[in-house]
Amino acid sequence: MSLQFLADGLFAGALIGLGAVGLTLTYSILRFSNFTHGDFISWGAYLTLAIVGGIAGVIAPAGRFMPFSFGWPLIVAGLLAMALTGLLALLLDSALFKPLRRTGHGIVMVIASFGASLALRALLEFLFTSEPAYFSRAIQIAVPLGLGIRVTPDQMAMMGLALVVVIAMHLLLTRTHIGRSMRAVSENPALARVVGIDVAAVIRATWLIGGALACVSGIMLGITVQIRPQMGFDLLLPLFAAAILGGIGSVWGAILGGLIVGIAEAAAVQWVGAEFRSAVAFVLLIAVLLIRPRGLFGVREG
Amino acid sequence: MIDLVGYGAFFLVNALIFGVICLGLNLQWGQTGLFNVGVAGFVAIGAYASAILTTPETADRIGGFDWPILAGWLAAMLLAGGAAALIGLATLRLRADYLAMTTFGIAVTIQVVALNATGLTGGPFGIAFIPRPFAGLAETPIAFNAANLALTGAVTLGLFLLLEMLTRSPFGRVLRAIREDEAAAASLGKSVNFYRLQAFALGGAIMGLAGAMQAHFIGFIAPDNYLSILTFQAWAMLIVGGSGNNRGALIGAVVVWALWSLSSLAVGSFVAPAFQARAAALQIVAIGVALAAILIIRPRGLIGERAIVSRDVEAMAGEAGTD
Repeated sequence: MSLQFLADGLFAGALIGLGAVGLTLTYSILRFSNFTHGDFISWGAYLTLAIVGGIAGVIAPAGRFMPFSFGWPLIVAGLLAMALTGLLALLLDSALFKPLRRTGHGIVMVIASFGASLALRALLEFLFTSEPAYFSRAIQIAVPLGLGIRVTPDQMAMMGLALVVVIAMHLLLTRTHIGRSMRAVSENPALARVVGIDVAAVIRATWLIGGALACVSGIMLGITVQIRPQMGFDLLLPLFAAAILGGIGSVWGAILGGLIVGIAEAAAVQWVGAEFRSAVAFVLLIAVLLIRPRGLFGVREG
Repeated sequence: MIDLVGYGAFFLVNALIFGVICLGLNLQWGQTGLFNVGVAGFVAIGAYASAILTTPETADRIGGFDWPILAGWLAAMLLAGGAAALIGLATLRLRADYLAMTTFGIAVTIQVVALNATGLTGGPFGIAFIPRPFAGLAETPIAFNAANLALTGAVTLGLFLLLEMLTRSPFGRVLRAIREDEAAAASLGKSVNFYRLQAFALGGAIMGLAGAMQAHFIGFIAPDNYLSILTFQAWAMLIVGGSGNNRGALIGAVVVWALWSLSSLAVGSFVAPAFQARAAALQIVAIGVALAAILIIRPRGLIGERAIVSRDVEAMAGEAGTD
């Protein structure tokens, strides 16, 4: 038996977890399940790709940091794209969700997000066609780590990135003013408003952070697999499963949920067959809803 | 001219089948407030169930039981309704968003099964040679389309009348009471989750029927027919027509399907082949933006819901008016 599935699962899980953190934050603060979150992931990857292309066109193509497949342009582009994806989420909020928050009730926002998700995805197909794209065509040699596990240098770099991002998120939510405000609004929006928390600012921060995190998981997926307009939407079910498994509103829960979903998927690929991979998240989702609907770290049913 | 009439009948059959899907969705969302993002999944269950049962025997997959078409339709309703009941049992007691995520999940999973359980579903190549109603008329397309239009129209009308009766019945009133105020309905002694479960299962069965009708009209099904775009189309139709109103569901289906077909036709005939994929993508963007705009500007849709009160109350109001 090879333990390779553990390494693959941890990597996929880190990526799912990062996406699920954004989803769980928007869910707990804005109180609806946002079906556009997957498409923020795709947009993040394509924005990064476009900026990398722009840098290579305007300035000369840069070398790469050996042994990785990328160089400084990707890092610059990634940071810019994180900001842009956050802005995209903010823009969508002011055009669509904000008017609906005033009039409609929660589930209408879910319908709207479902429609917006399709439109965002089709727009990517229009701009970039549905042909898969790649950050780099460089071939990576996987390094043996012992116990039959091999990982590529890119995968290790991305794991490190995921760790940094999660710790930064944790510090943001526990040590900064805006982070504490976000937690207050997620606990009790009415009370938060009464004590003078600027709820509009909290909502803005939530979209910016959720979009930026989605962009990071888009880059991780783009570097290690490929970039397609469908990539984020296909990830949506694992994201939901991870967010619910971890407990809505819990950042560490979302990460842990993501790792569990990722490892379960990788195990299924090894023992059941790759074709049924996407059903794994559904089975996990149903199991959690039947056994423990509030998830591992969830507080209560809202 | 004859061609045009034939196409008109063909168009209407397709539009009415969408109308049936919307009637099912209207029962779930419009009447009861249950959010289903897995419409395509339930339609697929119906289509595959009926196709597997009614096709002639084939060597390379299970099934091909050669059942009559009507039996296939009934089995499609039963299976899709049963799947909806199972999903409902797991999630209806939880908050509404979980139902949305689970139905989304079942649509994805059914797509995966349809694509990979080759021994049952034919895999990516789908199932062909599904018996078509009035297949004897297939030589003259106009007669074939007209006969199918009569059949589809009759089924749609029957279903519409049944659902209208249901809407006016005490059962329908309880569903709307639950949608408007769950706690109030519960305090009147109504078992909220049991009513929801019935509405959800019935809606799922209607979607399954639509899937079977479509499969038999076209004669061929493949997993690609049941992507999330189908769910999206059904939602756009219901919202354009006016959710909560069965007539609105049907009108929305015809209007949106007409717009969709016309714009596809325009893309096909006016756009150079090299740009057609891009134009088709833009078509989807336009429909998505339109749906969002309707939700913001005119959430009632074209018709919207009428207030329906009990016949007895109406009679009393009439007597009061004549006094």
